[in-house]
Amino acid sequence: MSKVPYEVYTEEVEALSVLSPDGEIINKDKLPKLTDDQLKEIMYRMVFTRTWDDRAVNLGRQGRLGFYAPVSGQEATMVGSEFALQKEDFIAPGYRDIPQLVWHGLPLYQAFLYSRGHQHGGQIPDGVNVLMPQIIIGAQILHAMGIAMGYKLKKQKQVVITYTGDGGSSEGDFYEGLNYAGVYKLPVIFFVQNNGYAITTPFAKQTAALSIAHKAVAAGIKGVKIDGMDVLAVIKAVQEAAERGRNGEGATLIEAVTYRFRPHSLSDDATKYRTKEEEGEWNEKDPIARFAKYLEKKGLWTEEDTARVKEEAKAKVNEEIKKAEKTEKMTIPGLIDSMFEKTPKHLEEQKADFK
Amino acid sequence: MAQMNMKEAIRDALRVELKRDPNVLLFGEDVGHVGGVFRATEGLQKEFGEERVFDTPLAESAIGGLAVGLGIQGFRPVAEIQFVGFIFEALDQMAIQASRMRYRSGGRYNSPIVFRTPFGGGVKAAELHTDSLEGLLTQTPGIKVVVPSNPYDAKGLMIASIRDNDPVFFMEHLNLYHAFRAEVPENDYVVELGKANVVREGSDVTIITYGMMVHTSIKAADELEKTKGIKVEIIDLRTISPIDIDTIVASIQKTNRAIVVQEAQKSAGVAAEVIAQINEKAILHLEAPVLRVAGPDTVYPFAQIEDTWLPTPTRIIDAVNKVLEF
Repeated sequence: MSKVPYEVYTEEVEALSVLSPDGEIINKDKLPKLTDDQLKEIMYRMVFTRTWDDRAVNLGRQGRLGFYAPVSGQEATMVGSEFALQKEDFIAPGYRDIPQLVWHGLPLYQAFLYSRGHQHGGQIPDGVNVLMPQIIIGAQILHAMGIAMGYKLKKQKQVVITYTGDGGSSEGDFYEGLNYAGVYKLPVIFFVQNNGYAITTPFAKQTAALSIAHKAVAAGIKGVKIDGMDVLAVIKAVQEAAERGRNGEGATLIEAVTYRFRPHSLSDDATKYRTKEEEGEWNEKDPIARFAKYLEKKGLWTEEDTARVKEEAKAKVNEEIKKAEKTEKMTIPGLIDSMFEKTPKHLEEQKADFK
Repeated sequence: MAQMNMKEAIRDALRVELKRDPNVLLFGEDVGHVGGVFRATEGLQKEFGEERVFDTPLAESAIGGLAVGLGIQGFRPVAEIQFVGFIFEALDQMAIQASRMRYRSGGRYNSPIVFRTPFGGGVKAAELHTDSLEGLLTQTPGIKVVVPSNPYDAKGLMIASIRDNDPVFFMEHLNLYHAFRAEVPENDYVVELGKANVVREGSDVTIITYGMMVHTSIKAADELEKTKGIKVEIIDLRTISPIDIDTIVASIQKTNRAIVVQEAQKSAGVAAEVIAQINEKAILHLEAPVLRVAGPDTVYPFAQIEDTWLPTPTRIIDAVNKVLEF
């Protein structure tokens, strides 16, 4: 009989970091293999995402976006995890995970349309393997598990990544998804962005477990905890998990410890549940600043580069929001026709009330 | 033609579709190796292999989510929820995720899923194994709800449901699984979804019903004809969402009187919807209000008083007499 590995769940696990906050390599063995161009591209995407987030918050305040969940602080987890995937891999996101969708191929104006409550926002183009963002906190975890089983049945080497937060890790669907993925050995990556708060509820009130990564033990899958403010640690962990999935070795739960610099959504006030000191501490771990220091030392990035990307991002966001605003409005007959493949007679009759 | 009971007819439909389309998958708690707690899927794993017909861990929401994910991948999942009372655990996946996949994605994805579940009273099962929860699903946009009353319909409706590119909630009455045998073609055929069936022609009053209550209504109609010469027309809805109102209206134009019989609790269910639609489309043909015969608005009773809680031929006869004497 094999020994029960008590040490796995009675001791806190150290989160994997590759870069120190000063941008020094502190874990050479876990440095992902990336070309200089790839490193610059990752930086480009993180700066772009931060700028877009700043702009989106303003657009939200102007009433030009609808529901929007800010992402600043989580660029390493979002950009890094998507970057570690292949184009053919599938993404099943939660409501905040729009950057991963966009970097995986969803046109930005469609992301804005999604926010504005337009159906076309979820009309994912062919060849872009993503689902629209999920509002029910754990539902996408189960979809990911089903999509992963689809790949397995079709004997395709793709993997599926699904995102939720520390709050989402308390959902029944989270446990059901992990358990099924363990039983069927599915190529799925459960990526939990532990940003410390489920809206306002702090992590300490979310679970008594020492970490979310520990929860993998009960499902018989691999669990890892990583520094979510370190984009290289994120990339390394997702690359390893994806490789495991492609090799038929099953699922991985990744807990990435991160922070959202802004409130949960545009309608709540983070100062009611967080302190300035806490925010200051996390600001020092800013994933963009940290990665910039690393790249600057390598001679791959300058402040001018950051300024240039910001300008590019601003222009692109303006262009895409205008495109979203110009998109023809939904109609009730159109809505009715989107319920079924063939609109049943009673719905055809109901359409007549809206002509 | 073969003689089959309803369970065998459903199994035959599943076999036909598993054979015809490699994308059809069958799964749920205990459906694989032993073929389900009622053996409705018996032998199918042996015939089609563990990749096509398989057992799942015990978790209904995950069964629903697995179906949704596989549907996105182009498979046609037939997912069993072992007993009707357990659908609440899967309701998010059925009523929110599967039902609105086409709408949410603007047609990019769909949910070609059949959710099968046994239900229906009169079998003295444990609590929450038999309740008639179909009303919950009929109120859900984007999902079709099917309740067969006999082996022939069960096979044809099941095949139609599997071939449908939208989610179908398929309810199999426990009391009908073994109730009787009937002729069922061995080839494949479909019974169109959304079409009711006039199972008995009559001129005096229409009974609109579905599932097991078709048979209880037939008993009542036999008695009414024998004792009073009353000719009852019986409509088996077969699909309770959407409802085939045209067949109902045509019947009421002939009989001018109707009652609706359902096992479920009286308020806000299928019977209420049928009556609302009759009001919209046939009120001037009515000589009396349309009455409901249904369970009372209580929780579903424990086994001891089940038989008196469920609609009986006597209660149906009373209702028919009331509308005739109005």
